[in-house]
Amino acid sequence: MELRSYIIRRLLLLIPVLLGVTLFIFGITMMFSPTQRAMLYVRDAKQLADLPAVIERYGLDQPFVVQYGTWLGQVFTGNLGYSKVVSQPVSDAIIQFLPATLELAIFATPLIILLGILLGTTAAAHKDRPLDHGTRVAAILGWSLPTFWLGLMLLMIFYGFLRGFLPPGRLSVQIDLLVNAAPFIRYTHINTIDAILNLDGPVFLDALRHLVLPVVTLSVVNVAFIMRLMRSSMLESLGKGYILTARAKGLAERVVVNKHARRNALIPVITVSGYVFAALANGVVITETIFNFKGIGWWAWQSAINLDISSVLGFALFNAVLFVLVNLVVDVLYTRVDPRVRLGQGVQ
Amino acid sequence: MTDWKFTARQLVRNPLSLLGIIIIVIFVFIAIFAPLIAPTPESHQQRPYMIPRDGYRAQPEPPSEDHIFGTTQGQYDIFYGVIWGTRSAFRVGLVVIGIVVVIGILLGSLAGYFGGIVDEIIMRITDVFLAFPALILAMAIVAALGPSLNTVIIALTVVSWPSYARLIRGDILQVREEDYIEASRGLGASSARVILRHALPNAIYPTLIMASLDIGAVVLSAAALSFLGLGAPEGYADWGQLTSFARNWIVGPPGDPLKYWYAVTIPGLFILFFVLGWNLLGDAFRDIFDPRLARR
Repeated sequence: MELRSYIIRRLLLLIPVLLGVTLFIFGITMMFSPTQRAMLYVRDAKQLADLPAVIERYGLDQPFVVQYGTWLGQVFTGNLGYSKVVSQPVSDAIIQFLPATLELAIFATPLIILLGILLGTTAAAHKDRPLDHGTRVAAILGWSLPTFWLGLMLLMIFYGFLRGFLPPGRLSVQIDLLVNAAPFIRYTHINTIDAILNLDGPVFLDALRHLVLPVVTLSVVNVAFIMRLMRSSMLESLGKGYILTARAKGLAERVVVNKHARRNALIPVITVSGYVFAALANGVVITETIFNFKGIGWWAWQSAINLDISSVLGFALFNAVLFVLVNLVVDVLYTRVDPRVRLGQGVQ
Repeated sequence: MTDWKFTARQLVRNPLSLLGIIIIVIFVFIAIFAPLIAPTPESHQQRPYMIPRDGYRAQPEPPSEDHIFGTTQGQYDIFYGVIWGTRSAFRVGLVVIGIVVVIGILLGSLAGYFGGIVDEIIMRITDVFLAFPALILAMAIVAALGPSLNTVIIALTVVSWPSYARLIRGDILQVREEDYIEASRGLGASSARVILRHALPNAIYPTLIMASLDIGAVVLSAAALSFLGLGAPEGYADWGQLTSFARNWIVGPPGDPLKYWYAVTIPGLFILFFVLGWNLLGDAFRDIFDPRLARR
């Protein structure tokens, strides 16, 4: 099968999944009575006094299918409802809070991948020696760590004990004023990138200082995961015939490990990028909550504890769509990287 | 059965899995003997899972004779909370894994054994649930149903069953074409009998064991939800909630920044060790069951 027709087929397969996702999300809202759902539309006291009119206006007493159709139409035009905690439409809230989360991801993702691959390779190259056992224990410890607790412990040490060295939040108060004032242009709302574009050293350093702990907290579990995966993939690759050939040719062990074994061992690691995305999406909710880092995770948490259903469900829907698309990209990449994978077959 | 003896010997020989077993046994012990380790005060007998309070002041109090682990925000006794919290942890873990395994076996074997349209429908349903990052879906469900320990159990069940259904489907697919299945069918056995007597027993033991070891992961997610304020009601003996009580007391007063260290450290260590115990055991089992990952 050709690549283009493969992608088209995969995109078509997304339709039932996304329909199912929307049906599920909508099904949850339908557990509430029309009156309760009318409350989600209420923005002022006047409307509150006349709930039946709201129900009438938005057709909240119509049959399930009709309401689902209406709702789906709204979702397609980007209308995900109204977020009460931040008093703006859910889609606007996502756009407003996304840059902060992207900033975390921009730093965490390369860290997770590079560190995971490096440690995994090292562990495999030192199989059954102390270094291997050490990283094994570290990995098990890493994915047993409650992220939220790790974050609090880091704050206790690096913020409390070291007197404000690495603080929570996104920027210090003075820097935040600076960033929102005239000469500073907010191109992307991603602080570190904006600071570079404005050639502003102090802002950059301040943003970086606030990023260290959340990025570390977000990365630990995933580094452990990638590392173990990389190790077993490396071990498999090291047992292959071409490694024997490379060694027989008299190549240095470093070259054998880094060039011959590692390149082939990377393939399975690509397939788990989708998993890493999901882990990051889950992780930002906890991380941003602990560090008061106001991204979409923080907003989702605020919405959840205030039982702001439209926001929470909008957030879940947004993540599901992203996750499905990420998985599609990963599968396509996989077929590019490994020519042995036959389109439409090996990829499920 | 020599197989099992062999497995057991391997587990005990490996220092890491042995450590895992010891940790789990200690937690089982704590859960069973909670009423003896941390007796419920007379005034409190009706609700043993609610942590007794010693006053209502916000500020945590350091470990003392009355409260050996100190008290956390709101004067909840940390020792009582972590001991009885062990029971809460086991309850959430066991109930969720129990339900999930039953659903997984049911739908997984239906899909794997019958294939075709049944398989297609069940798998497309799992696709829908797997399209969400798990914790985010769980959070949405809890927020929609209203936070409580039971909704946490429901939410974690909803987000975890699809992967088990898929695993068990895969196991069944592997044995479906075996001769003994064919033979049994040839002898006129009903589908239910073939699945229950022949396909399942030969296919799913490794999956079942791995599933039971996921208790650690389930407890970790439940603790995260509780920490976020989407779990047990306030004052309920629950590790995640105890950790969240400490959120406002991470940094002590100037000059004594680590003053309230016990409030955050102790509940977190209980979660860490509990999850660690199951993961150590899980890691050893993974080596035993998956020859591809085995340490050659």
